[in-house]
Amino acid sequence: MERIRTIEIGVGLFVVAGLAALFMLAMQVSNLSAMSNEPGYELIARFENVGGLKVRSPVSVAGVRVGRVAGISFDSDAYEAVVRMNIEPQYDRFPTDTSARIFTAGLLGEQYVALEPGGAEDMLKAGDSIRMTQSALVLEQIIGQFLFEKAAEGSKK
Amino acid sequence: MTCWRVSRLDATDDDTDAGDVMDWLQRLGHGALGVFERLGRGNLFLLQVLAGLPGLLLRPRLVILQMHSVGVLSLVIIVVSGLFVGMVLGLQGYNTLVDFGAAESLGVVVALSLVRELGPVVAALLFAGRAGSALTAEIGLMKATEQLSGMEMMAVDPIRQVIGPRFLAGFLSMPLLAAIFSAVGVIGGYFVGVGLLGVDSGAFWSQMQDKVDLHEDIYNGVIKSLVFGFAATWIAVFEGYDAMPTSEGVSRATTRTVVHTALAVLGLDFVLTALMFGDI
Repeated sequence: MERIRTIEIGVGLFVVAGLAALFMLAMQVSNLSAMSNEPGYELIARFENVGGLKVRSPVSVAGVRVGRVAGISFDSDAYEAVVRMNIEPQYDRFPTDTSARIFTAGLLGEQYVALEPGGAEDMLKAGDSIRMTQSALVLEQIIGQFLFEKAAEGSKK
Repeated sequence: MTCWRVSRLDATDDDTDAGDVMDWLQRLGHGALGVFERLGRGNLFLLQVLAGLPGLLLRPRLVILQMHSVGVLSLVIIVVSGLFVGMVLGLQGYNTLVDFGAAESLGVVVALSLVRELGPVVAALLFAGRAGSALTAEIGLMKATEQLSGMEMMAVDPIRQVIGPRFLAGFLSMPLLAAIFSAVGVIGGYFVGVGLLGVDSGAFWSQMQDKVDLHEDIYNGVIKSLVFGFAATWIAVFEGYDAMPTSEGVSRATTRTVVHTALAVLGLDFVLTALMFGDI
C-alpha cells in the first residue's frame, strides 16, 4: 500500500510539473502577460498606405511603447486605411494636433506607428481621430521616383 | 555448331530472366500485402483500444500506475536532454546572431525552436526510446509467456486491462513531457545566454515575449505533442501486441517500435508544420 502511495505521489508531481511547465511557457515565454485586452484609450488614424503594419504592431511615443495596433480596416468611401490603436490607459493625454507616422524599426525590422504630440491645449478623447498622418514608406515607390527623376534629368541634357 | 549453342543459351537465359522477374514481382506483392495487412490490423486494434477507454474512467488507478512507468520514469532523461538542448541552442544561436549584432534576439531563437519544433519532436523521440520500447517489450513478453492468453481464458479482456491503460498513460504523458522539455530548454538557453555569454537578461525575456505567440506557437506545439504522443503510444502497444511470441520476435518488435516511431514522428512533424506555419 505504501508503494502505491509513493507511485501516486510521483504521478501527481509529474502532472503538476507538466502543467507548471505549460503555465510557464504561456506566461513567461509567450506574450500572454503583455497582452492587455482591456480597452484602454483608443485612437484612430487614417493612412493612405499602411505598408507592412500589422495588428498588434507597437505604437510608440518618443521611442517608448505605449500601446498596440488593435485593428486595421479599409474605408471604401475615402479609400484609406483606418488604423485603430489601443493606448494603455495611463497615457491618455495626447494633444489634438498629435501626428502619427509609420516607421520601420531598423533596416529590416517590423513597422510601427510613432505618435508625435503637438502643442495644442485640448486633448484627444478616446475614439478621436488623429488628423496629421504620414504613410509608410514603400521602397518600390521611392526607387521608382528616383529612377523617374534621373530619366527626367537625362532628357533635359 | 557454335551458332546453335549460342542461340540455345540465349533462349535459356530468356527463360530464367522471365522467371526471375515473376519471382521478384511475387516477392514485391507479398511484401506489399503484408504491409497492408499489418496496417489494417493496427487500425482495428486501435479501434478496439479506443472502444475500451471509457471503461477506464471507473478504474483510474490502472492508468496512474502506467503513468508512473511511462511518464515519471522518463522525466530524468527529458529534463537532462531538455537542459542540454537548450544550452546548445543558446550557444549556437549566440555565435550566429552576434555577427549580425542581434544577440538580444537569442531568447526568441531559443524559445521558438524549442516550442515549435524541438520540444515536441525530441521529446517524442526520447519517449519512443525510453517508454515506447519498454511498453513493447513488456506487452510482447506478456504475449510470449502466454499471460495475455491466460487473461482471455479467465474472461478478462487484455485490451481493456493491459493495453488501454498503457495507451492512455502514454497519450497523456507525452504533452506534459514535451512541455517540461521546452520549459527546461528555455531555462538552459537562459543560463548559457545570460549567465555565460552576457546577453542582457531583460532583452532576452522581453524579445521572447514579444515574438512568441500563445496561440500561434505554444498551442500548436501542444497539438503537435498530442499527435506525436498518440502515434508513438499506438505504435508501441501495437508492436508489442502483434509481436511474434518468441524472444527473437519481442526483440524485433522493440526495434521496430523505435524505428517506426522515429519515422512517423518526423514525417508527421513535416505535415503538421506545413499545415500550421506553412500557408499551404
